[in-house]
Amino acid sequence: MTITCVINNKEKNIEAPPMKRLLDVLREDLHLTGAKEGCGEGECGACAVLINGDLVNSCLVPVLQAEGAEITTIEGLAIDERLHPIQQCFLEEGGAQCGICTPGMVLATHHLLDKYAQPTLLQIQEGLNGNLCRCTGYMRIFNAVKQASLVGAAE
Amino acid sequence: MRSNVSQYELIAPNSLDAVLQILADSPDHYTPIAGGTELMVALGAGRLQPKKFVSLWNLEELRFIEVASDAIIIGAGSTFTDIRKHPVIADEFSILAQAASWTGSIANQNRGTLGGNIVNASPAADSPPALLAYAADVTLVSTRGARTLPYRDFHLAYKETELEPDELLHSITISRNLKGYKTYIRKVGPRYAQAISKVAIAAIARMKNGHIENIRIGAASLREFPARLTATEKSLIGKTVSAETIAAARAAVLAEARPIDDIRSTAKYRATVAANLLEEFLRTL
Repeated sequence: MTITCVINNKEKNIEAPPMKRLLDVLREDLHLTGAKEGCGEGECGACAVLINGDLVNSCLVPVLQAEGAEITTIEGLAIDERLHPIQQCFLEEGGAQCGICTPGMVLATHHLLDKYAQPTLLQIQEGLNGNLCRCTGYMRIFNAVKQASLVGAAE
Repeated sequence: MRSNVSQYELIAPNSLDAVLQILADSPDHYTPIAGGTELMVALGAGRLQPKKFVSLWNLEELRFIEVASDAIIIGAGSTFTDIRKHPVIADEFSILAQAASWTGSIANQNRGTLGGNIVNASPAADSPPALLAYAADVTLVSTRGARTLPYRDFHLAYKETELEPDELLHSITISRNLKGYKTYIRKVGPRYAQAISKVAIAAIARMKNGHIENIRIGAASLREFPARLTATEKSLIGKTVSAETIAAARAAVLAEARPIDDIRSTAKYRATVAANLLEEFLRTL
């Protein structure tokens, strides 16, 4: 079956079984390995991507349901090989260690700052509540999100 | 073991009528799939039994929230994010908005639907206690027509519902006639987001001249399906909130609850905490 969607601003025609997980299509068919498989059951957020601007766990999306959608993965966030301001803030604030959760954290931050340009700590915690990190203890991640909001990374 | 995805069929008709026709005509049963936050977990774990699916995701006939003068009608395909964002729900149906806010994470709320939460029929589901407390009605549709019944009659047994194989849950209707009601909802679990509750209680009540005029209590994880605590409600109607009333209500909860021991908690803990939650609400009346 052919599924057509826009991934990181490029139209793609994907040949895949309709129930194939979007995560597997991204990683195996399109070689976009930024989205990670952590739990594979929608608990950890390592596979998070944006579909039509909404944060979703790509491990829970059958690719047929992405027909016609606009998808942004972590690979589509950096602009012209330069880090996105959110990524830069994660780097500077030590918000990333092993890196497995980082693509999802960064996209969850993007989604959060779209909703609340200046989020409170509580809003940051809620915005990232579906993204698990085993390294940082979260404080540095919260600091990175705060910093991103201060530099106006929402745009 | 991961499932072999090529074994599964998934179709995505572009109208509700087309979906209903397929459900009515197909000799092999198609299982509806909306946001996938339940079924895709089973797929990933290699334990998804049905092989044929029909997608309901984003069907506009199911994804709507309509505000009438006396009621709000929520399409079954509305996501938890849709529910949280809706100003009338936030304003008038705060315990439903609250339940939506702790259903999974933000990413899951962007995909999970109210209808899916109901038809999946988990005893621990987050939105049913609030819907039970609000005395919501559910409307089911098929090519044979539509029928509406009280949500409290929808669940028949563990994971068994009123839905016939050719029927879909279309919408949930809640009366806006809630003047003077106090409301309560509390979920007890390891954490609010991303954790299945050990037990949850939602309730609304109205006082008249110092007496409980009306009270409705919805519970998760106290029965094999989400259920009203009707015997407990009866024990409270017409009473003042005294130490005696509270003791009797606690006893009624313990008598009426039939929780189980499982990986998340014990029956004893669930029943005791349910009584504590109800007491917490009663003390605010």
